[in-house]
Amino acid sequence: MNPIIRFQNVTKRFGALTVLDNFNFEVQRGEKVTLIGPSGSGKSTVLRILMTLEPFQEGLLEIDGTSYHEPNGRGPFKASEQHLHKIRSNVGMVFQSFNLFPHMTVLRNIVEAPVAVLKMKREEAESRATELLRMVGLSDKKDHFPSQLSGGQQQRVAIARALAMRPRVLLFDEPTSALDPQLVGEVLGVIRDLAHEHDLTMLLVTHEMRFAREVSDRVCFFDKGRIVEQGEPNRFFSNPQQPRTREFLSSILGEQGAPRESLKRAP
Amino acid sequence: MMYGYAWDTSTPLTFALSILPILGFGLLVTLQAAAVGYAIALVLGLVLALLRRSRIKAISWTVAGFTEFVRDTPLLVQLFFLYYVLPDFGIVLPAFMTGALALGLQYSAYTSEVYRAGIGAVPRGQWEAATALNLSRLLVYRDIVVPQMIPRIVPALGNYLVSMLKETPVLSVVTVLDMLGLANMIGERTFEYLVPLSLVGLIFLPMTLICSALIYLVERALPKSGIPLR
Amino acid sequence: MTWWQYLAPLLKGAQVTVMISLASITLGAILAFAAGIARTSSNRFLSGLAFVYIVLFRGTPLLVQLFWFYYALPLIGISFDPITAGIMTLSLLTGAFGAEVVRGALLAVPPAQLEAARALNFSKTYTLWHISMPQALIEMMPSFGNLAIQNLKDTALVSLISIADLTFQAQSLRNITLNSTRVYTLTLVGYFLIALCLMLAVRFIEMKLRRGPAFPRSAHS
Repeated sequence: MNPIIRFQNVTKRFGALTVLDNFNFEVQRGEKVTLIGPSGSGKSTVLRILMTLEPFQEGLLEIDGTSYHEPNGRGPFKASEQHLHKIRSNVGMVFQSFNLFPHMTVLRNIVEAPVAVLKMKREEAESRATELLRMVGLSDKKDHFPSQLSGGQQQRVAIARALAMRPRVLLFDEPTSALDPQLVGEVLGVIRDLAHEHDLTMLLVTHEMRFAREVSDRVCFFDKGRIVEQGEPNRFFSNPQQPRTREFLSSILGEQGAPRESLKRAP
Repeated sequence: MMYGYAWDTSTPLTFALSILPILGFGLLVTLQAAAVGYAIALVLGLVLALLRRSRIKAISWTVAGFTEFVRDTPLLVQLFFLYYVLPDFGIVLPAFMTGALALGLQYSAYTSEVYRAGIGAVPRGQWEAATALNLSRLLVYRDIVVPQMIPRIVPALGNYLVSMLKETPVLSVVTVLDMLGLANMIGERTFEYLVPLSLVGLIFLPMTLICSALIYLVERALPKSGIPLR
Repeated sequence: MTWWQYLAPLLKGAQVTVMISLASITLGAILAFAAGIARTSSNRFLSGLAFVYIVLFRGTPLLVQLFWFYYALPLIGISFDPITAGIMTLSLLTGAFGAEVVRGALLAVPPAQLEAARALNFSKTYTLWHISMPQALIEMMPSFGNLAIQNLKDTALVSLISIADLTFQAQSLRNITLNSTRVYTLTLVGYFLIALCLMLAVRFIEMKLRRGPAFPRSAHS
């Protein structure tokens, strides 16, 4: 089967700094991949490029066979806005700082894009939104404003908002890093449930190693813009091959010790 | 006698009371000039602010230069420019419109800065979330950026309204019959300037205070996070 | 008419404009500090007096103020020559707006600084001049820059009380040549150039303040 995502010799520079250098990476349909690594290693950049938030300078990136660059494409993205618009319809993203629209109710946050972009009727969008809110456990909050919700609740709304657009690929950029520790579990619970969806491809950047081990099909360790090591989670965590991987894992896991109670789903 | 009202110069008080109705007509003109000028400033300022965000350097730099030029040159000279130069190019406007246009032009340079700051103050994450949801540029501005921008720009825009009210007397120089224009005419005919001019000042004082208070109320009524959308 | 025949009278006018502007900015700055400090003082009378002055001059139009000082006051025996009236009015106006800037900047000095001064038993006056003011001065500069430009623009109005400034010369030049476009374009450019010089001067002062050893860096620079 063709991979749903394919990076081929992709190079991404920020001015003089090369963040991704001849980067190669493939993700299969329905695969759940976790990207781990130190800050600045390029893992978030991979997500942002997929979401068309950042352009890349060289190489080839395809989603479901369609290239991100157009043959005569102009501008930093080497593609027209219409082309990028089509590409984006495959991808959704959940941000570290949630980025809910503060002036809209929870319900409006979720229906805004389906109505405006997918041209869904408002009633249909609202009933789908209600269902999504039930899935993430926030049915009673639909008329609240984001400022009235806790961080964990806001992030769950953000996940529902991303799902409402029916993306084939869902990206999570450190979804729990900005949360108070006791709120992390409720969000991880929602992500864990999502991982049971066979058709949904998920790319997750996180520091929650236990969760990554539990939920992923594959774990990739990034360092300095390259994948140093990747593999099936159990083998990866119990028997890392590369020295840098071992170094990173011991520094991270050394702090994480005992199993976390917070991985249980919040009421 | 003016506008059908005669004045009584026997005592300062009777003088003042007798010219109040006349100044009332002037007040109407003042308010109308400010209203038209402000409307122009709000719209033109927005156009300028959006043009400055253009990716074509030629456009954004020209607009930036133009805005800075208008901001740093006197309203009076701009007013003379429009009043005397436009007819040379075949555009003949009534003095009131020329005055309102001058006000609108000068203040659009200020309001464009306010809009730019307002747009810039919307957090980057909001733009990114909107991109992630594939919202069109028009929709991003209409539903995400503008509602969040408005509470932030109301104080500054309000201040400029009050400032504009205080600059309307300049229009009397090109024969617009606002309060100052009428006061001067009364002074010329009676050789009594003290009462008319003092009265004009005394009318402006509460007017600007009330205007500031109203703006403060509008500020308070708007939620900080933006115009709510349900 | 040659370009020089246009420029000569305009340059003379520009000289007058710059003179009036610098004079009223200087006097206005003094008034601004006086009134701004008075507003923060605990003396109710001083504070109230400053308040009335500020509200009066900020709440009424400059042109009305100019005409009042030049045309109205003579009727009760106080008359000024045009230049005095012009500089006086502009100073009072700039001072009133400047007072709010001074007051705002003084209030923005972190209370912790004042507490430390108290603890070290500094007098109120000493605290004001050696603790608050140096830190507040840097905060004030950007706003002062704007007020300086505003003052320059306001000087154009003195042409209406027959001071031979740049605008006045432009008016008489237009009457002679009837070439409004050229006259007013040159005038606008003239004001713009003076404004640029003013902005550079303010930027320069701000830089000197930031580097000066007497004035510590503020906590947020």
